[in-house]
Amino acid sequence: MNFNATLIGQSITFIFFVWFCMKFVWPPIMNALETRKKQIADGLAAADRGKHELELAAKKAGDNMRDAKAQAAEVIAQAEKRAAQIIEEAKVAAKEEGDRQLAAAQANIAQETNRARESLREQVAGLAVAGAEKILRREVNAQTHAELLGQLKAEL
Amino acid sequence: MATESHSSGEYIKHHLQNLTYGQLPDGTWGFAHGAAEAKSMGFWAINVDSMLFSIGLGLLFLLLFRMAAKKATTGIPSGLQNFVEWIIEFIDGSVRGSFSHQNAMVAPLALTVFMWVFLMNLMDLFPVDWFPYAATLSGVPHLKIVPSTDPNVTFGLSLSIFFLVLYYSVKMKGAGGFFSELAFQPFPKFLFPVNLLLEGVGLIAKPISLALRLFGNMYAGEMIFILIALMFGGGWVLAVFGGALQWAWAVFHILIITLQAFIFMTLTIVYLDMAHAEHH
Repeated sequence: MNFNATLIGQSITFIFFVWFCMKFVWPPIMNALETRKKQIADGLAAADRGKHELELAAKKAGDNMRDAKAQAAEVIAQAEKRAAQIIEEAKVAAKEEGDRQLAAAQANIAQETNRARESLREQVAGLAVAGAEKILRREVNAQTHAELLGQLKAEL
Repeated sequence: MATESHSSGEYIKHHLQNLTYGQLPDGTWGFAHGAAEAKSMGFWAINVDSMLFSIGLGLLFLLLFRMAAKKATTGIPSGLQNFVEWIIEFIDGSVRGSFSHQNAMVAPLALTVFMWVFLMNLMDLFPVDWFPYAATLSGVPHLKIVPSTDPNVTFGLSLSIFFLVLYYSVKMKGAGGFFSELAFQPFPKFLFPVNLLLEGVGLIAKPISLALRLFGNMYAGEMIFILIALMFGGGWVLAVFGGALQWAWAVFHILIITLQAFIFMTLTIVYLDMAHAEHH
């Protein structure tokens, strides 16, 4: 064991190596390690978040589907109800219209009957007067017997 | 027998001698031939093999990790990046486990210590004769390829860490705080010389034990490899046995070199943590 200047040379070399390692070796590799660690953590977190979001989306989709079904059922029910109502209204309207037309026709018929009866009555009265005039040409004065003729006409 | 033991002694000595460059006894500068010559060079000599291999291995580590750092993506990591990230996460975990303060320097320091010590220890797994033999052929008298079997290397590391410990102790607690930590515990204040002695020894023991542990383990491991290698010259039965032993010891050594690197790193972190901690 004889000591010599190798001791000093080794110390200087050692200090240089440590300095180099500290400056150019350790930081880049450590950075890469840290960054990768962070990336992996972020990736895992993102995956978790994605899964969670997927679950939420699936739940939301199910809810939407259920709502849509319910709405569709409601719409169909309403439509059916409305259709029934329309049919009912149409029936009522048709019945009313039919009744109205019937009544109108009946009134028309009655009116026509009355008119026919009236004209018939006048014609019969005319005919009776004409027949009576013919029979009683001389004796009957139209002026004196006007009252009688009117009475006769009313009785017909 | 005498010549054989002499030659095995020579063999071992040859393998344990660093390639030292310094002032030779005759006044010229050059490589030392033998331990005595290396010792006579005094402090102002340098172990060229330790320096070359440790710097080379350190640069290999930095280059490899810098390559991965440059191409670091936050996406799927490639093979090299994967490997580097695995080590960095391991170091980061160790630092988080043992160091409870804020200091951006500790983790890179721990990484450098671990990888550098590990690579230096790893050189121990090369068969002990390859490199020295090749060196001898090319005219280099000695070559030790495992820098961590050179106490200069381990003490260079541990003393640097020790100065960091002192620096952060003073920075975090102030000079007075650091002194009171050394002088006013564990015994009451009036016994401060005893306290100072105890705590001072404890403080000095940190870098020394840190360096000696690594050096001792690696030196002993190297020594056993050398002793096993000696068996290859003792007939084919011994050679086969030696081969099996070398394989077994190398397998066991994989554990030791990793463990020693890990211990060195962990103690570095712990010492720095203690330097940051406030004592009450």
